[in-house]
Amino acid sequence: MGRVITLRQALGEAMSEEMRRDPDVFLMGEEVAQYNGAYKVSKGMLDEFGPERVIDTPIAELGFAGIGVGAAMNGLRPIVEFMTWNFAILAFDQIVNNAAKTLSQSAGQFNCPIVFRGPSGSAGQLAQQHSQTFESWMANTPGLKVISITDPKDAKGLLKSAIRDDDPICFMESEQLYGLKGEVPEEEYLTPIGKAAIRREGTDVTLVSFNKMMEVTKAAAEELAKDGISAEVIDLRTIRPLDHETIVNSVKKTNRLVVIDECWPFAGVSAEIAYEIQKYAFDYLDAPVTRVNSADTSLPYAAPFVDEYLPTPTKVIQAVKAVMYR
Amino acid sequence: MAVATKKKTTTKRVTKKKGFTKETYLQWYEIMLRVRRFEERALMAYSQQKIRGFCHVYIGQEAITAGMVSALTPEDKVVTAYRQHGIALSRGLTSRACMAELYGKATGCVEGKGGSMHFFSKELNYFGGNGIVGAQIPIGTGIGFAEKYRGTKNIAVTMFGDGAARQGALYESFNMAMAWNLPVLYICENNGYAMGTSVQRTSNVTEIHQVGDAFNMPNEAVDGMSPESVHEALQRAADHIRAGKGPYFLEIKTYRYRGHSVSDPAKYRTKEELESYKQLDPLVVTEEKIINDKIATQDEIDAIKAKIKEEIEDAAEFAENSPLPDPSELYTHNYVQEDYPFIRD
Repeated sequence: MGRVITLRQALGEAMSEEMRRDPDVFLMGEEVAQYNGAYKVSKGMLDEFGPERVIDTPIAELGFAGIGVGAAMNGLRPIVEFMTWNFAILAFDQIVNNAAKTLSQSAGQFNCPIVFRGPSGSAGQLAQQHSQTFESWMANTPGLKVISITDPKDAKGLLKSAIRDDDPICFMESEQLYGLKGEVPEEEYLTPIGKAAIRREGTDVTLVSFNKMMEVTKAAAEELAKDGISAEVIDLRTIRPLDHETIVNSVKKTNRLVVIDECWPFAGVSAEIAYEIQKYAFDYLDAPVTRVNSADTSLPYAAPFVDEYLPTPTKVIQAVKAVMYR
Repeated sequence: MAVATKKKTTTKRVTKKKGFTKETYLQWYEIMLRVRRFEERALMAYSQQKIRGFCHVYIGQEAITAGMVSALTPEDKVVTAYRQHGIALSRGLTSRACMAELYGKATGCVEGKGGSMHFFSKELNYFGGNGIVGAQIPIGTGIGFAEKYRGTKNIAVTMFGDGAARQGALYESFNMAMAWNLPVLYICENNGYAMGTSVQRTSNVTEIHQVGDAFNMPNEAVDGMSPESVHEALQRAADHIRAGKGPYFLEIKTYRYRGHSVSDPAKYRTKEELESYKQLDPLVVTEEKIINDKIATQDEIDAIKAKIKEEIEDAAEFAENSPLPDPSELYTHNYVQEDYPFIRD
């Protein structure tokens, strides 16, 4: 039997369940404890687990990310919350140079079972520094796994899997989706890392997306259906490792692919998917792989810039019609 | 960097004879000699192009390893920077495993995957040499966090150079370590130069230990050419930390005789300065003290010399004769997940 809860509740349940299960799991970050989370994801956790395991940090991303890495190397399983991945840039040295490389440098002696989580992507008129999308950045680095979620049920199951995983994980959420509601099972479950989900079956074109662009993609698919175009919609869920198989199998059926990706276009997730498809489904393509990304610019403040910058259902529909030659 | 003098005002040199045992002195002498001879052999192998990449040797700083072996417990955790061969040896990594690692051999302490900058031993609680200046400071703080979380009495010894003391990571770490009362012993090995830039040129605060004052962290400067001074300072700091009183910061003033790395001719300092420190050479001074104070006999010293000579020769021979790693090992140890689907095209 399921319940309808918000994404933020689903994520909070995942952390709380794993902290009840394993005393080595703890949460640290800015405002996670007394404030109950900048976006209320950790609401109630301080009360249940106490200040030893739900830890407010000073504003020192490099420092507390590194403390998490050291604690993970020394046997704990930290969850490090970034208020946004934009601030995690300050911690990239610890994520990229240490979390991702400790296992290799030590020839397997020290692993780093840590989850770095927080919202990625734009969230309204927040201007240049608060509007960046990090899946491509992090997925470029071997040693890391990258998960990017939208659906509350999958978010909970994937966060639980991430906390139990023995490798370092970058877990991407969205400020604008924390209130999104969905059905979540009562009973415990895990969602596997590395598997995409087909959200809508279709025959004419494959649409691949992740995180809050799934909402844009699903809206576009609805509109396309009214126009007689049957779109298959794939939610990547995990960015690294990428589930190429699900995409390739879909393209073999639809013969057309549009990737909707809030990351910048250069060397991004969409570019990687386009490479894979030309390599493994070349003979099945009836049109060039097309992508709808954020603009190849910084995102300025004023409202018209936001619409111009981001993928929208209209832009997705245009791209689909282009590959359908309609 | 000033010319060294026997009497320094800023450091505590042990003047009165403390009751260090013969065993302690011989233990100190042995580890210092092991590090010195290991590094000399490594430099020779480097000149023969048997060791490649970056190579930062520890020669001159050996008195710190002496204090490390006598003042810490095997359960204490240690993390340091890339000038780390001596620290690794002081934690009990073998000369064979370390030399083979420098040679990039499969028998190295990390199977040829780390090289000179990255030795590790989980078994010996050695959390590695870190190649990014100062990055190990938050990591050591996190290692201490885990010890406190589990309620142990172990200390996280977090070592870094004078260059790293200027990184922002230090300030963030000191702040959280004090705020959370973590069992971390911070050790700045101040050898006078951040690569080629002297301490005086990197900050107006040249007494690096005073940075601890900003966080109310107990701190002191230590004569890093004296095993006695290093041991006593480490012991004081360890007692403080094990008593649950939180972090401690030691600035150990030392000197490296060689350049920053093997490719550095060290033209930024004078011969006079170098020679003045060699007068304080911890190996020479300790050997003289052992003989002059009749702590042990010349025969006992000679026996240690012979043992180390044989050990280092054996290590080099072992490294020389060991196999290189198989190229397929490129794909191991990137993920714990055994069937991780790497992109291979």
